[in-house]
Amino acid sequence: MSSRSQVYLLAFMFFALGIGLTLYKNQSLGFPLLPGESKEVWTVESKVTFDATDAPITVSMILPQAGSNMTVLAESFSAPSYGFRVKEENGQRRAIWTQRSTQGPQTIYYKLDVVNNEDPASLAPPSPSKASSLTLSSEQEVQAKNFLEKIKARSADNLSFSIEMVNQLRALKENNKRGVNSDFKNKSVAELSLILLEVGGIPSRLVRGVSLEDGRRKQKAVDLIEVYNSDQWVIINPQNGQEGTPDDVFIWQRGGVSLLDVEGGVKSKVRFSTIENDQPAKTVALDKGTVEQSALIDFSIYSLPTESQSAFKRILLVPIGALVVVLLRIIVGLKTSGTFMPILIALAFIDTTPLAGLAIFLSIVSVGLWIRGYLSRMNLLLVARISAVVIIVIGLMGFMSVISYKLGMTQALTVTFFPMIILAWTIERMSIIWEEDGPKEVMMQGGGSLFVALMAYFAMTNPVIEHITFNFPEMLLVILSITLVVGQYNGYRLTELYRFRDLAKGQKG
Amino acid sequence: MLFVKPNLLKERGIIGMNRRNVDYIARYNARKLYPIVDNKLVTKEYAKKHNIAVPELINSIQYQFEIKQLEKILTGVDKFVVKPAQGAGGKGILVIVDRKGDTFYKPSGKEVSFDDIKRHISNILSGLHSLGGKTDIAMFEKLVDFDPVFERYSYEGVPDVRMIVFQGYPVMAMLRCSTHESDGKANLHQGAVGVGIDIKTGRSLFAVQDGRMIEKHPDTGSAFSELQVPHWQEILPLSAACYEMTGMGYLGCDIVIDKNLGALILEVNARPGLAIQIANDKGLLKRLKLIEEKAPKSTSPEERVKYSLDHFSTD
Ligand SMILES: Nc1ncnc2c1ncn2[C@@H]1O[C@H](COP(=O)(O)OP(=O)(O)O)[C@@H](O)[C@H]1O
Ligand SMILES: [Mg+2]
Repeated sequence: MSSRSQVYLLAFMFFALGIGLTLYKNQSLGFPLLPGESKEVWTVESKVTFDATDAPITVSMILPQAGSNMTVLAESFSAPSYGFRVKEENGQRRAIWTQRSTQGPQTIYYKLDVVNNEDPASLAPPSPSKASSLTLSSEQEVQAKNFLEKIKARSADNLSFSIEMVNQLRALKENNKRGVNSDFKNKSVAELSLILLEVGGIPSRLVRGVSLEDGRRKQKAVDLIEVYNSDQWVIINPQNGQEGTPDDVFIWQRGGVSLLDVEGGVKSKVRFSTIENDQPAKTVALDKGTVEQSALIDFSIYSLPTESQSAFKRILLVPIGALVVVLLRIIVGLKTSGTFMPILIALAFIDTTPLAGLAIFLSIVSVGLWIRGYLSRMNLLLVARISAVVIIVIGLMGFMSVISYKLGMTQALTVTFFPMIILAWTIERMSIIWEEDGPKEVMMQGGGSLFVALMAYFAMTNPVIEHITFNFPEMLLVILSITLVVGQYNGYRLTELYRFRDLAKGQKG
Repeated sequence: MLFVKPNLLKERGIIGMNRRNVDYIARYNARKLYPIVDNKLVTKEYAKKHNIAVPELINSIQYQFEIKQLEKILTGVDKFVVKPAQGAGGKGILVIVDRKGDTFYKPSGKEVSFDDIKRHISNILSGLHSLGGKTDIAMFEKLVDFDPVFERYSYEGVPDVRMIVFQGYPVMAMLRCSTHESDGKANLHQGAVGVGIDIKTGRSLFAVQDGRMIEKHPDTGSAFSELQVPHWQEILPLSAACYEMTGMGYLGCDIVIDKNLGALILEVNARPGLAIQIANDKGLLKRLKLIEEKAPKSTSPEERVKYSLDHFSTD
């Protein structure tokens, strides 16, 4: 394989890997590609209250399960003086609080942050044989069957059947406020539906949710029913007979298991309050990743302490600057003094702002050049001369800072962000170029460097680029691949189209 | 027109910087050979080994303390050139053409004192003129007494012939004449004039200064159209032999013509510039392609010169 195709192959691999990882992080882990994207995060607080009866207390509450329409980002349990653990039972998580004995009103909090889950885990089909929990008298059963017969005639499948039934039940409830039957009156539409569906042999179950409404307090759990229809579980809202998961309900639990069990207490109840807050999408993705323990996040820059993270933020911008330098030198053909000096200047510009930076840079370099001109007449060895220039540059920086501060121009204080060794070398190189190639070349190379530095600065401070480099360090691979390919570019530089302009006039051939 | 269409350049076979770097220098010049050409002292050694004529080395200074002996080194030497062994592009070259007592004279007539020379050497040793600021060696070379033919075409300096040699075949030539602007050095970007030379005859083709076509020498006023490089038949095999000497596939050699000694190799460049195409009003690509694809490999310098004579004439 020729070295050229090797480069292309390698570049392609890097490119594909970089883009692939980036897309994965974006699609699967939810890292936003653009800065400023935010997500609705709901904070749900469930408050369990009961009166203790001076007996050993065991409080057991079911926790949100996998398959919910929301993902849990964080959860916290708070019940001082209670023992606490989380227990797995038939694939359901339950929080268990225990205490030897106490008296009086008790409160236990369980707080969790949830965010919309775009693709919830798929639900298992109903288990075939389930012991019947029905306790109907034969008279009731006949009534029920008659009722179902009528509905059956007006439906096509399990789903339309269930919806029709829910609607009928709702109408019945409305009309018979006083009720024929106390059993009927005391039961909710959801409960009645579940009983009837079981009589009718349609797989169904109770779904408990929490209604998400900003600032809502002390609300009860919402009961929904779910029926199995053509290989799919479909939720039906018994309140209005609509199918599908309601947008504003956080599905907490499926199946009829009790939400809360309290032993050693009376008058127990759970109440929910919900608050909505917008959080940066990235924070949400990160929290999610930590909960789900994604290896990509575990081994990413986010696992570093915050302080090192911000240092990295800066470092990750350097490749962008390098790419700008590569493009401007190879494709455009600009001359810079020193290959990567522009990047260092650009990094300094980030701290100083470009305008102040340019002014500081130009004034220090010109004063430095002037002093350097004098030094060159003193027969100094090169190392000593450069050191002298460094010392003078530092002196100038101090002088500038003090003077500008006295004048009230705090901008100039940022002068310290310029690496003085770079300034000293720039002065040295520029003065040599001046002596040997004349001021024109100084302008060309100095101007070129500053221009490239400015371009690099604009690329590096672009919010989108900044966001992407920091959140998707995988993009380094893409930059690397571009650099590799540009390194193979053998076409003309833009400046050569000017340089060789006279060649267009001559004869062909 | 300020810019030329890239297609037109392509059609004419003009090579750009990127193509030169990627397709020729990187491919044909092994890195390990660079020290031979990047250090002029080493080049001289290799030239001696291969019986290639070079300007005589008078002396060299490597350490700062040796500068004290400058007076001794220069006793009886009136005409010489001081240059950094690892310099390039005419940087740090001091040409002295005359001496009266302790005063030296540059080609422009400017006076130079012992102290000036010492400072210059000190700078060279500190690496001021060499790539990356490496410490360097200052070398003293005999001044080339150039052929009087060139007097009309070169102002205050020695003209040199730049030849591009590809796989040992001379492919394109240019005479570089110093001007007042270039201060006695024949490096184009310092303002020297480049004159394209026909490979077959050694006669001038076109002349350029600072990238633009010119007719006459800006200082002497002589028209370049009448120029004929002397010793041309000697220059070609000399440049072709640089291939055997350095092993580099793509090189540019600088040749000066001494009144008494004839053609001498001044230096070899691993990264020769592209302005030669402007001076010849011709792209390098077709000639390079021809050699890459058709020319016989492993032949003697003389045979290669013959091939070049047969193929690279402009008329
Ligand atoms: N020995 C010499 N005698 C006269 N002129 C010289 C001599 N050496 C160099 N020069 C002048 O300096 C120019 C550059 O010299 P060269 O050795 O090619 O160094 P560089 O690598 O800097 O181009 C030459 O073109 C020539 O004009
Ligand atoms: Mg040269």
